[in-house]
Amino acid sequence: MPLLEITDLTVSFDTPDGVVKAVNGMTLSLDARESLAIVGESGSGKTQLAFAILGLLAKNGRAAGSVRFEGQEILNLPETALNKVRANEIAMIFQDPMTSLNPYLTVGDQMAEVLILHKGVSKRDALDDSAKMLDAVRIPDARARLSMYPHEFSGGMRQRIMAAMALLCRPKLLIADEPTTALDVTVQNQIMELMADIQREFGTALILITHDLAIVAGSCLRTLVMYGGRVMETGPTDALFEAPSHPYTRGLLNAVPRLDIPQDKLLTIPGDPPDLTDLPAGCPFSPRCPVSHEPCATVMPRLESFDSARLRACHASREAVA
Amino acid sequence: MSAPLLEVRDLSVTFKVAQQGAWPWSAPRLLQAVKDASLVLEPGQTLGLVGESGSGKSSLARAIVGTVPASNGQVLWRGEDVVGMGAARHRTHGRHVQMVFQDPLDALNPRMTVGQIVAEPLRTHFPDLSKAEIRTRVGAMMERVGLLPALVNRYPHEFSGGQCQRIGIARALITEPELVVCDEPVSALDVSVQAQVVNLLQDLQRDMGLALLFIAHDLSVVRHISHRIAVMYLGRIVEAADASDLIAKPRHPYTKALIASVPIPSPKAERSRHRPVLKGELPSPIAPPSGCVFRTRCPIAQPSCAEQIPAVERIGADHLVACPFADLAVT
Amino acid sequence: MFATKSIADDLAGSPTIKGRSLWADARARFFRNRAAVAGLIVLLAVGTFAIVGPFIAPWNNEDIDWTVLGNVADGGRPSFETGHWFGTDALGRDLFARTVQGTQISLLVGIVGALISVVVGTLYGAIAGYFGGRIDNVMMRIVDILMSIPYMFVLILLLVVFGRSLLMLFVGIGLISWLDMARIARGQTLTLKGKAFIEAARATGVRPFTIILRHIIPNLLGVVIVYATLLVPSMIIYESFISFLGLGVQEPLTSWGALINDGAAEMTNGTLWMLAWPLFFFVITLFGFFFVGDGLRDALDPKDR
Repeated sequence: MPLLEITDLTVSFDTPDGVVKAVNGMTLSLDARESLAIVGESGSGKTQLAFAILGLLAKNGRAAGSVRFEGQEILNLPETALNKVRANEIAMIFQDPMTSLNPYLTVGDQMAEVLILHKGVSKRDALDDSAKMLDAVRIPDARARLSMYPHEFSGGMRQRIMAAMALLCRPKLLIADEPTTALDVTVQNQIMELMADIQREFGTALILITHDLAIVAGSCLRTLVMYGGRVMETGPTDALFEAPSHPYTRGLLNAVPRLDIPQDKLLTIPGDPPDLTDLPAGCPFSPRCPVSHEPCATVMPRLESFDSARLRACHASREAVA
Repeated sequence: MSAPLLEVRDLSVTFKVAQQGAWPWSAPRLLQAVKDASLVLEPGQTLGLVGESGSGKSSLARAIVGTVPASNGQVLWRGEDVVGMGAARHRTHGRHVQMVFQDPLDALNPRMTVGQIVAEPLRTHFPDLSKAEIRTRVGAMMERVGLLPALVNRYPHEFSGGQCQRIGIARALITEPELVVCDEPVSALDVSVQAQVVNLLQDLQRDMGLALLFIAHDLSVVRHISHRIAVMYLGRIVEAADASDLIAKPRHPYTKALIASVPIPSPKAERSRHRPVLKGELPSPIAPPSGCVFRTRCPIAQPSCAEQIPAVERIGADHLVACPFADLAVT
Repeated sequence: MFATKSIADDLAGSPTIKGRSLWADARARFFRNRAAVAGLIVLLAVGTFAIVGPFIAPWNNEDIDWTVLGNVADGGRPSFETGHWFGTDALGRDLFARTVQGTQISLLVGIVGALISVVVGTLYGAIAGYFGGRIDNVMMRIVDILMSIPYMFVLILLLVVFGRSLLMLFVGIGLISWLDMARIARGQTLTLKGKAFIEAARATGVRPFTIILRHIIPNLLGVVIVYATLLVPSMIIYESFISFLGLGVQEPLTSWGALINDGAAEMTNGTLWMLAWPLFFFVITLFGFFFVGDGLRDALDPKDR
């Protein structure tokens, strides 16, 4: 049984400008201890996917389909049941740690609160545990830092604190939404190392949500590429980077300048990210696709497996993409 | 030798930071955003300026454009000092130097139509132009940056991020400037759109003979677009060289760490990449370390680094580095 | 708006696609808000009443109906037969005509007060905020000092020394109404100043005053308009209070406050309509302004909900 199994998940939002279809029939499964990178640009629905898993959608959002965690359906659970799942089973790290830390409480109080609430331990034990956890995420002098306020930490340190908080209840799955986007490259490296360490030491499964292909290359074993709320392709990271099977993945890889190989001119994907209120009936990438043809705009290609572990959703042949 | 298009000599920028809980009249603390920065830019060339947040790269750019006052040093435009110019004279100078900003939507006045936004520099510097002439030029410029001229009466919020950045570029180029300062012009854009904007800037540079001062934290993009790169750390330029030279043969330990930190979108290359974990984070610019500002995170720091500010030395033809121990190996 | 208008003219006339401005968006949102639209309709009705009233009133507001004098409680009650639709006041004057006149004066006071605050306060605040530093310091300390003066006391003094007149009332209201607005405008300007489009204009070499008029003020207007709609009722209440004290507009002029004062004085004599009519208009107008203000705030700042 997979740890997390998502089948045919759709997420939409009612807005005055029409229905925004953020996620359109997502299917994925994740085993315990596995690491999966979800790559997508703005409007790919990657963040809303994470919010739907955790039941954190905005009030005007609706989710349908199925999200099973260890076989138990968790989509659209009542708030009290969800709170249990959120604390003990699935934890999340956000792009901007400052928005998820209360600026008026010390780090120690905030961490202890989580433990007191969910584990029912005493304050003293909670603080001890928190200090251990800060130590585990490589924050020097952890004990003394417990009495500091979030703004007294640097960006990288705050992200470490967020990771420590997320790990307090030993979740089985950690979802990290753009954890390094707000950080400098040198600090970014430190946080990615930390993510790898966490996985190793705590045996947590990891979903890394990002727009940055380069980060994915060094961190996750499996990669899933999203566009317009749909899976474009998924497979082992090495194979996917080596031989992308979808024109969107190919285009993304071409569009990133590389430090190790100088390029004359960047190959671009023409056009703009999709308008989620007005998606084509077929493949969302078809308006920008260099190999799009007859059925692409009207018929959504099915996810088909090939090379045993890979899946792709594209009408064009793999030779045409390569 | 004739004067270069732009020469910056020992430029410093200082900000006043109010002390918390202090009296209104007590002296504010000083934040040294840029200290003794020097650089040269020739016509038609691109100078890339890299550094992490807080390195002072944006402040240096703003001091060059003139929206932030320089506390010391000179900005020479074709040999003429810009810093000492009067306000009126400086405004006329604005025609030659334009700027492109990081957040494309934030850089456009939401209450103005795209046509009004693009026309503004033209109306400021050429008040005698007829309305028809302005209309033609705005239309032509919109077309040049890849936007339909028919969209002039639309408002910024009706465009995507990439299109807004094109509008920002159109506004910057409408007065046919000689230098465009680009402050992180692609870092807020999606990867697929980023490449479009980079290519557009390169095309425009070639067609119009523009010089670009390209500021970004993303070394890969900077290397792609720049002829020459300067690396900043905590307000100082620590190394400057031709782009390929700098990437292939970095001398300063910070440049080395920065280059090694850049992730590569290829799992194989990533696995073989030596990942330096640079200790800690940028120190506060209000109280920078004594001597060399990088010494607190430097893998090859020597005791003497705390005492003396390293001088900028010229090694090779056009390679400048501010580290006396640059030859020490880093493992 | 303002200086940007001329560029709009330049570009008008070309075969182009019409854009949807933020104002048009806000208008659409406003009209979706039922309470706000109801408030607007009430305000329009009150406005029409104030404008059309004098032409349809069968009695003049200054004429005394001698037939009811001395028997106001009985003969002066509202009736269609006598033509006193709203009844008469204690002196036998037609209350309909008096209420029309009171509505005119009260609305005038409210709108003039709000206008002064919008024009003076916005400009003052925008200038202080944009230039910052010492200019800002001096300008805002002046506001602080003016605010610390007990204005009611000063206004009463003004009215007593220079005599009670509509002009004095406007001077008094004008002196204080813009202070809050200046603070709000300054605060908003400080946030706007950090926006890149202001910097873009500065980098291009646009003159400071052009920047204020073209870039800052149009972006302030949303907040300013919301605050102004909430300021109108507070000005009306303010005037009513002064009139209630007997220091406001002078007879034969009247206002809601003065009428309510008169009505309240006669309350025990079984002539409740004298209180009810002006109070009714007073209350619905205030509600109207509050609803419209709320609607505008939601329409102009949809993120704040």
